[in-house]
Amino acid sequence: MTFLRAENIIKKYAAHTALNDVSIDIPPQSIFGLLGPNGAGKTTLIRIITQIIEPDSGQVYIKGEKLNPNHTKLIGYLPEERGLYKKMKIGEHLLYLGQLRGLSKPEAKEKIRKWLKRFDLTTWWDKNIEDLSKGMQQKVQFIATVLHDPELLILDEPFSGFDPVNANILKDEILNLKEQGCTIIFSTHRMESVEELCDEIALINHSKKMLQGHKSDIKEQFKTHTFLLEHTQPIQSVADAFEVTDSSDLPGQPTLSTIKVLNGLSTNALLQQLMLQTDIKSFKERIPSINEIFISQVNQKQHA
Amino acid sequence: MHKIGLIISREYLTRVRKKSFIVMTILGPLLFAAFLLIPAYLSTVETEVKTIEVLDESGMFADKFESSGNIEFVYVKTTLEEAKDYIPAGKHYGLLYIPPITLDSPGGITLFTETNPGFGIVRNVERSVKSAIEDLKLERSGIDKAVLDGIKTDISLNTINIGGDAEKTGSAEVASIIGYLGSFLIYFFVFLYGAQVMRGVAEEKNSRIVEVIISTVKPFQLMAGKIIGIAAVGLTQFLLWVTLTAGISSVIFAVTGQNNLSSIASVDESMMDEAVTEEANMGGGTDPMLMVKNAMDTINFPLIIGGFIIYFLGGYLLYAAMFAAVGSAVDSDADTQQFMFPISMPLILSIMVLGLVLKDPDGSWAFWLSMIPFTSPVVMMMRLPFGVALWELALSVILLIAGFLGTSWLAGRIYRIGILMHGTKINYRTLAKWMTMKQ
Repeated sequence: MTFLRAENIIKKYAAHTALNDVSIDIPPQSIFGLLGPNGAGKTTLIRIITQIIEPDSGQVYIKGEKLNPNHTKLIGYLPEERGLYKKMKIGEHLLYLGQLRGLSKPEAKEKIRKWLKRFDLTTWWDKNIEDLSKGMQQKVQFIATVLHDPELLILDEPFSGFDPVNANILKDEILNLKEQGCTIIFSTHRMESVEELCDEIALINHSKKMLQGHKSDIKEQFKTHTFLLEHTQPIQSVADAFEVTDSSDLPGQPTLSTIKVLNGLSTNALLQQLMLQTDIKSFKERIPSINEIFISQVNQKQHA
Repeated sequence: MHKIGLIISREYLTRVRKKSFIVMTILGPLLFAAFLLIPAYLSTVETEVKTIEVLDESGMFADKFESSGNIEFVYVKTTLEEAKDYIPAGKHYGLLYIPPITLDSPGGITLFTETNPGFGIVRNVERSVKSAIEDLKLERSGIDKAVLDGIKTDISLNTINIGGDAEKTGSAEVASIIGYLGSFLIYFFVFLYGAQVMRGVAEEKNSRIVEVIISTVKPFQLMAGKIIGIAAVGLTQFLLWVTLTAGISSVIFAVTGQNNLSSIASVDESMMDEAVTEEANMGGGTDPMLMVKNAMDTINFPLIIGGFIIYFLGGYLLYAAMFAAVGSAVDSDADTQQFMFPISMPLILSIMVLGLVLKDPDGSWAFWLSMIPFTSPVVMMMRLPFGVALWELALSVILLIAGFLGTSWLAGRIYRIGILMHGTKINYRTLAKWMTMKQ
């Protein structure tokens, strides 16, 4: 079951190919991290989903239905480069965007009040947009994005411009929306928020999809069979079993070693081997971070 | 349709509520009223009488110069050298020196003044000298001035337009004044509101609000909504101006009475041809006020106002679409200049050829320029008060509609790409490429 499915999307511009046969599947009620270096084609993919541009070939389906103009009101889109009409008041601006997304005027008013209250901005209805700081404008933009209760939320760098306190408030709101059934496409370069929020990720590089899957599956796929070990006596590599790649030796502290397993040795067998050599203080498999996977994937492609 | 309505009402309301719109709406009619009233007021103000001494060495002009209007002539017996000494310090405005001349070679007449004399004074003195010499010549030829005055006749040609349903007494002057007014207003409005469209589009592009909006509406809807909303602002302003000007003028005329009204009429005429009016007034000819009123009656005002609205809308839509395309393509105001000029060329051209159109409102220049959609709004407004055949009007309007549909379509193709492009170097080739590009 997928909420959104993009099949074999190709989009070419005069000088370059923005998307080359990209397919993604986004499960419902999940946070889907769309990752990739600058210029990889993420924005193009998002613009195709929001029907701002059309693919040269390929299809997008939302809940099994071909993408069509009726879908625009299911989608809330917060672009990376975003602005507001400077000469409008917050209330009327939100009202305008809410109505454009298909809300009736009274509905929109009610929802705006609710959201302003949630962000502690109840007195802001008549404030001029141009008097707001960047962070405050970002809040207004976020409200404008979620006002019409979209089923699909597309957030491109939602945290930029937020201080840590407000970023946390925003993060809670995003998780809250997911709880309520929202599917979220989340595009960012901040890997720590990907670790924190995303269920699924896809990595696009040079207009191609490099990988996609559940976050933990991808980590599993990219783990290097390396373990971190704290121990007291020195240890030696054992041929055909494991290799000690790194050892720190600080006086008065247990030694910290990195151990790479060879020939698919099981964890239990490894522990048995190690116990013969030393006392073990702690033992932990080293799981790669999304950041490491991202960098290794992008670099590998560049060197290839 | 619902969304485009929302866009139109936002564009309309944000502009109509601006202070500058309200100020312009009130100031406009006041300015118009001032244009009408200031000449009338000035004509009632007595200007200072200037005394000019006459030193006549020819001895021909004794008491021949009649003091008229604001100039009084005083004859003096002195020498030129003496006079030159005391004129700068003297109480009189200047000295008219007439050397010993004959009637057939009246050269060397000089006006000495302390300061540079105004154009009006020089003309008045010239006219006095000229008519004095002419009178003397008449006398010499044995013609009595009284006989000549009896011969002088005031002719003011009545033109009757029998093209319509009823005979109408027309006036070329009134028709051309109304034509000019309509043409210039269209020119002015198209530029004013066209520029607003361009700025609005550029603001949406550069503030990056546009990506949010076009994820819910088609780019063309956004562009069309903006253009239509601003057109509504223009129409509101025009209609308010017409009503307020009419209101203010009628109040002022009611207060100041009929006298001023007729003096306004005569002032207007005097601007066109002072001599004719003078003679007309002297000869007790047709009352100029009545003439203007009659001429006004022949102008088909519903047609003119209706025509104005149609041609304003058509011309505005045609140009606004192109302005919108420019606004969408550029990243900054400075880049707009290179595109603004070629686009507004036909509009400027149509103002420049108005004189030509006026010479022959039914000529081939006038005809063709009022058919080409790029010039027809301005040129046709000039022709309308003179009467235009219905088929010409219909053809011109149809071509104008086709014209703005064409420019809107082309502009829409540039716009949909342009609003999302940043940091691209824009030239005509890029624009042409965008036009043919797929979305």
